[in-house]
Amino acid sequence: MTRNDTPSPLLSLTVNGEPHRIEAGATIADLVAKIGLDPAKVAVEHNAEIAPRSTLADIVLRDGDSLEIVHFVGGG
Amino acid sequence: MTDTASAPAPTTPADAADTWTVAGRTFTSRLIVGTGKYKDFEQNAAAVEASGAEIVTVAVRRVNVSDPKAPMLTDYIDPKKITYLPNTAGCFTAEDAIRTLRLAREAGGWDLVKLEVLGEARTLYPDMRETLKATEILAKEGFLPMVYCVDDPIAAKQLEEAGAVAVMPLGAPIGSGLGIQNQVTVRLIVEGAKVPVLVDAGVGTASEAAVAMELGCDGVLMNTAIAEAKNPVRMALAMRLAVEAGRHAYLSGRMAKRRYADPSSPLSGMI
Repeated sequence: MTRNDTPSPLLSLTVNGEPHRIEAGATIADLVAKIGLDPAKVAVEHNAEIAPRSTLADIVLRDGDSLEIVHFVGGG
Repeated sequence: MTDTASAPAPTTPADAADTWTVAGRTFTSRLIVGTGKYKDFEQNAAAVEASGAEIVTVAVRRVNVSDPKAPMLTDYIDPKKITYLPNTAGCFTAEDAIRTLRLAREAGGWDLVKLEVLGEARTLYPDMRETLKATEILAKEGFLPMVYCVDDPIAAKQLEEAGAVAVMPLGAPIGSGLGIQNQVTVRLIVEGAKVPVLVDAGVGTASEAAVAMELGCDGVLMNTAIAEAKNPVRMALAMRLAVEAGRHAYLSGRMAKRRYADPSSPLSGMI
């Protein structure tokens, strides 16, 4: 990428179809915590790949990443 | 029951422990209940309790990012006590269903799932081509799919060969409450299956749950019949009793049908 050497302070993400911003360097675990969710009760898909719960703190987000955060709801 | 066919001879005494096993997990209750359409979580939890169900179906959906502290189903129905069976409701392709269940496995940490791949919104009839494809892929990925399907004995065998750990034919369209429309095909599926057979969808009231069990099904799965009753908790109890009654009737081996009367009191000794 031939962009400004100074990274943008905020990353632009898509979380559950909505735009979302977070500090550069944040991990998925940081995102889940920032939103206020209990990681034990949700599952995360990162750019169409499952992000195992044990790895959430290791995956650093990048600008343009797309995430789905789901949980169990009532259903038949 | 149809015409004069009698149920197969019972193989288990009715008073013995009558459990059923799916993919190596053994359950006592033969009633699986859904967790959709309830007024609130309290009513849902009370209905599950009254139903005696050991398995509940659940859907996988996006969390509400703007309201992360909203109550969750898991706060009311404890997944450590009740087996959560994640479904793929709303999925119209094998790809969507598989994606949903991969997330479900990550969220819940278990492999037993309910696969349903729908063909159209109006009838919610299963798309069997996609269902079969998804079953094969899920089985290869180590899932244990219990599969919602058409009431077709050949399709049921194909699902079993593809790795379905249970086949779950519809009795009538999802949410219709029309009862079991084709008892012959459900019976044929039961007779041909080596895996558990559960009627999934179509039951509207208790007698219809009993019919499913009298046909020899291993269990019944329902949601709307309980959730949309005027008194869901009482209907949950009714369904529990109906499933038990139908099971006992099946194991008892019903009497043969006659075309005309046969008195129950002696004909001799009349005054």
